[in-house]
Amino acid sequence: MEVVEGTSRRVEARDASGRSPIPPAFRSLVWFLAILGSLMLAWELYKVVGRALEGTVPLPVRPDNKSMPHVWDILGVLFTRRLPNEPILLLVLLRESLFTFREALIGFAVGTTVGFALAIAFSQSRLLERAFMPYVVASQTVPLVAIAPIIVIWGAKIGWPVWISVSIISAYLVFFPVAINTLRGLRSPDPTAMELMRSYAAGRRDTLWKVQAPAAMPFIFSALKISATASVVGALVGELPSSLNQGLGRALLSFMYTFITGPEKLFAAILVASVLSMSFVGAIATAEHYVLRNRRGSR
Amino acid sequence: MSEHAVVAEGVGKVFNAGSSDQVEALKGIDLTIGAGEFVSLIGPSGCGKSTLLRLVGDLVQPSAGRLEVNGKTPHRARLDRDYAMVFQKATLLEWRTVGKNVQLPLEIMGVDKAERERRSREFLDLVQLAEFSDHYPWQLSGGMQQRVAIARGLVFDPALLLMDEPFGALDEMTRERMQMELMDIWRRTGKTVVFVTHSIPEAVFLSTRVVVMSPRPGRITDVIDIDLTQPRTFDTRESTPYYEKMTEVREALRAAGVGVE
Ligand SMILES: Nc1ncnc2c1ncn2[C@@H]1O[C@H](COP(=O)(O)OP(=O)(O)O)[C@@H](O)[C@H]1O
Ligand SMILES: [Mg+2]
Repeated sequence: MEVVEGTSRRVEARDASGRSPIPPAFRSLVWFLAILGSLMLAWELYKVVGRALEGTVPLPVRPDNKSMPHVWDILGVLFTRRLPNEPILLLVLLRESLFTFREALIGFAVGTTVGFALAIAFSQSRLLERAFMPYVVASQTVPLVAIAPIIVIWGAKIGWPVWISVSIISAYLVFFPVAINTLRGLRSPDPTAMELMRSYAAGRRDTLWKVQAPAAMPFIFSALKISATASVVGALVGELPSSLNQGLGRALLSFMYTFITGPEKLFAAILVASVLSMSFVGAIATAEHYVLRNRRGSR
Repeated sequence: MSEHAVVAEGVGKVFNAGSSDQVEALKGIDLTIGAGEFVSLIGPSGCGKSTLLRLVGDLVQPSAGRLEVNGKTPHRARLDRDYAMVFQKATLLEWRTVGKNVQLPLEIMGVDKAERERRSREFLDLVQLAEFSDHYPWQLSGGMQQRVAIARGLVFDPALLLMDEPFGALDEMTRERMQMELMDIWRRTGKTVVFVTHSIPEAVFLSTRVVVMSPRPGRITDVIDIDLTQPRTFDTRESTPYYEKMTEVREALRAAGVGVE
């Protein structure tokens, strides 16, 4: 009986690990391309149908090439030069993306650190949580567009490089989901697991690192994926009121000013911006897959 | 070490004292458990079995009376790692392999790596799961998980094993096999076991004494010596004295106004 149970279980285990898992980065890439493709299709469809209906029904956006350039024109403009001695637009935008990504990454690092610190502090003391959680929540009721200029102006007064202010704005968006989700995760272990640790006379630190933090990992990763996008949004929005002449946010702004003469360029920049945050999310999904690979239902 | 593993004198426990949902979970509990005994607590749901076990384990504090574990306060005994708890749920950490789960208490107690590995091998061997050391808990059946939990309880050599319906979630066949294994482990290691159960056959088969409890307020109504010959085997379950003892426990439960399960 023992043997029978043992063998069948082992076969099951081998099955579970033998199934070759599709790398999540690849999976998200396929999804992203599929969604992008459908959007492009819908875009062109809207243009065709819109032109047929024009004048008969009110349309939210005019389907002409000035408001909605063709998908191929948007993709095409990525490979043109604005000035003869400049690289193609794609490379220019990638260079700006790199600058913005650095700001976002710093914001992400600072924001997650602050988020983890708050979550750990709150998980250790209900008193701390009761005293400071209201401020954490209130911080998110202040709209980002309102505080972004203030942070930029203050940063300039102090004499910081502008990208620091932009990173701070990015961190402001990042820390909240990290703090809330991590706290939920640290509180997620089964009460009997906590009693088990107590029965071993385990200290707070052992309980935190051996039970609470591992239990929080799935919560943390879903927060990190939200925060990755938020960090890019924060960096883009942070660049707008700044005096920077670099970055994807600035590029978006200047293409907005020249929309009349070259609408494709704005859409090209938007495309690059979404590819940037998608890659960031994909990188985190890959890390998640690796860290959680041995959990139940992960393979 | 004192020769009494557990001494309770007039122990009472009131939850939420003073509020409208006040519960008198235990009242006037007097019980002495000798070292090396196997004592079962039996009674219907809500009669305070778990609470009594948790009082002994210093997971809740008594409202009245005096408790001693290995001649110390339960708190001191917990700090000295004198006991291990095994719950109805195996409560294994899903991100740790079976071996690492067994090593968890040793890590907390600061045992070095080589010794941890040696002992986890030894105790996984004892529960016949040696070859599953590198598996994850979710790859094991419920019975196997519970055996891992037992190995994890034994691995730091506590004097006392506190078990709260450890086989309650298992099917009948697995359950009987686990009872045999536990008997075997108990005989070989000489631990004191306090065992909570709903099941009359289980209590009679395993125990040297059965403590019968009744609810509202939770109290001890009878203590029955189970003087069946040791070691208990498959044949024990078919012997007349075994049936007589089951009847005696059933009668005691009925006398306590509990009726037969
Ligand atoms: N932490 C608690 N808070 C309030 N009431 C509790 C608590 N633990 C147990 N009780 C109550 O104490 C009584 C005994 O519970 P318990 O010891 O779990 O019984 P048993 O294990 O015999 O089923 C029950 O009425 C239960 O509701
Ligand atoms: Mg119970």
